Amino acid sequence: MASALINVPAKAKRGDIIEIKTLMSHIMETGYRHTATGEVVPRDIITSFTCRFNGTEIFRADLFPAIAANPFITFFTTATQSGKFEFEWIGDKGFSETASASITVE
Amino acid sequence: MQLRPDTTRRRFLGLAGGAAVAGAVPVVTVRPAEATPAMLASAIRSVTGGAEVKTGKVKLDIPPLVENGNTVPMTVSVASPMAPEDHVASIHVFNEKNPQPNIGNFHLGPQAGRAQVSTRVRLADSQKIVAIAKLSDGSYWSATVDVVVTLAACTEDVI
Amino acid sequence: MRLAGAIAAALLAAGAVGATEIPQAERRSGYSFMKPDTRAMQDEDTANPGMLWVLDGETLWKRKSGAAEKACADCHGDISTSMKGIAARYPAFDNATGRPVDLEQRINSCRANHQQATPLPFESRELLALTAFVARQSQGSPIETGADPQLAPFIAKGRELYLQRQGQLNLGCANCHDDNWDKRLAGSAITQGHPTGYPLYRLEWQSLGSLQRRLRACITGIRAQAYDYGAPELVELELYLMSRARGMPMEAPAVRP
Repeated sequence: MASALINVPAKAKRGDIIEIKTLMSHIMETGYRHTATGEVVPRDIITSFTCRFNGTEIFRADLFPAIAANPFITFFTTATQSGKFEFEWIGDKGFSETASASITVE
Repeated sequence: MQLRPDTTRRRFLGLAGGAAVAGAVPVVTVRPAEATPAMLASAIRSVTGGAEVKTGKVKLDIPPLVENGNTVPMTVSVASPMAPEDHVASIHVFNEKNPQPNIGNFHLGPQAGRAQVSTRVRLADSQKIVAIAKLSDGSYWSATVDVVVTLAACTEDVI
Repeated sequence: MRLAGAIAAALLAAGAVGATEIPQAERRSGYSFMKPDTRAMQDEDTANPGMLWVLDGETLWKRKSGAAEKACADCHGDISTSMKGIAARYPAFDNATGRPVDLEQRINSCRANHQQATPLPFESRELLALTAFVARQSQGSPIETGADPQLAPFIAKGRELYLQRQGQLNLGCANCHDDNWDKRLAGSAITQGHPTGYPLYRLEWQSLGSLQRRLRACITGIRAQAYDYGAPELVELELYLMSRARGMPMEAPAVRP
């Protein structure tokens, strides 16, 4: 199970600067912890987060083990036209999740 | 990522308590190698290519005294018109004492409207956090904050 | 050793004062002890990582499970009406066993009896998710646990356990949470121990967790042997704590340091 929470305003006026908030469920195992028997718990993190609007990248983040579990990332964009935001999280062990949100710009 | 001054004792207690945890793999925390100021400097150099980093323009909001080092809210904002000819291209955040000096790189462009990102970070110990912004003219600007991470009273070593 | 020192200091302070109940007007949620940054995480759904479990719970609620091929929703329908205020009355008396059961145990007995499904392990993502989804429907509802007179003897047992000193530090819950709740232990505020927000997201855990997990951690903290998950003692303690918090609004899924 991997859930994500996305907060994008449903409507905006052209030229408005809007905030986008994202929360993705992920353990973000650092790779620096050990089990009781001394074995390293292998790193398992999200390494990359990308947001595209109508196909064009508008924001990207490279994540490291210092990002807390269930990564929360917020950023801004200017509302220019109606369309679709697509979000993509990529990580270790083949982790790949996507989500999308639409906005109407008047 | 949790660092404790009394690792040996707490590890023992953690193991003792761990036997009763249902269906979970006992995981104990051991003190990892710390990133050193040299590693921090080298990580910054790999972003800037050795260019001068000026102090200013960047604001790093992080609680000076955090409630738990495992999840520390952080906001970086940069004073910028975010216009095509003058904007922030990227923001890079580093730490001094986690096992690894990088926290995150954030790539943005003029369409952002506002050069501001927020996330939540892990801080293994009280330490210095550095945020660096790369502007569209190729200049680098930074802010540095010292954060005190207190020892939480009721912690669990075994999860 | 720093931590043991801090608890020992608290023990000395506690020794001088008898356990006295907190007057109704002075009852405070753990939320009120938190710094603004941590409060902000709980205040907004899209900032609250606990909501990720609520979302998972919604999926599970609608998914058919067990030999009966039934989903929770097939019997209970719209959760926003069928489960409103329910979590605020747990632990509740279970007629079948003649004992109190907590919400997790109720979900598992429902799975066994009506879905013919295997019980979900304590602290499993699935059980936490379903519990969170159910508890979320009571957000803002006042806690009413303990109204059923059949629960009285179990509340009394829970209270006894709450007051009883135990472990290498020889501390009872009351020594911190009744007598010293306005003080600090190492870097942390000592709260009044009202379980208003469970299951909740603890920054320390970087995960959602149950009240039983929290109680076990606290018991380990006073260097006593923690009861196993599902032990009657833990449920009685949960019951006492929830009845002690009667009237306070539910916050699940809360965020705590």
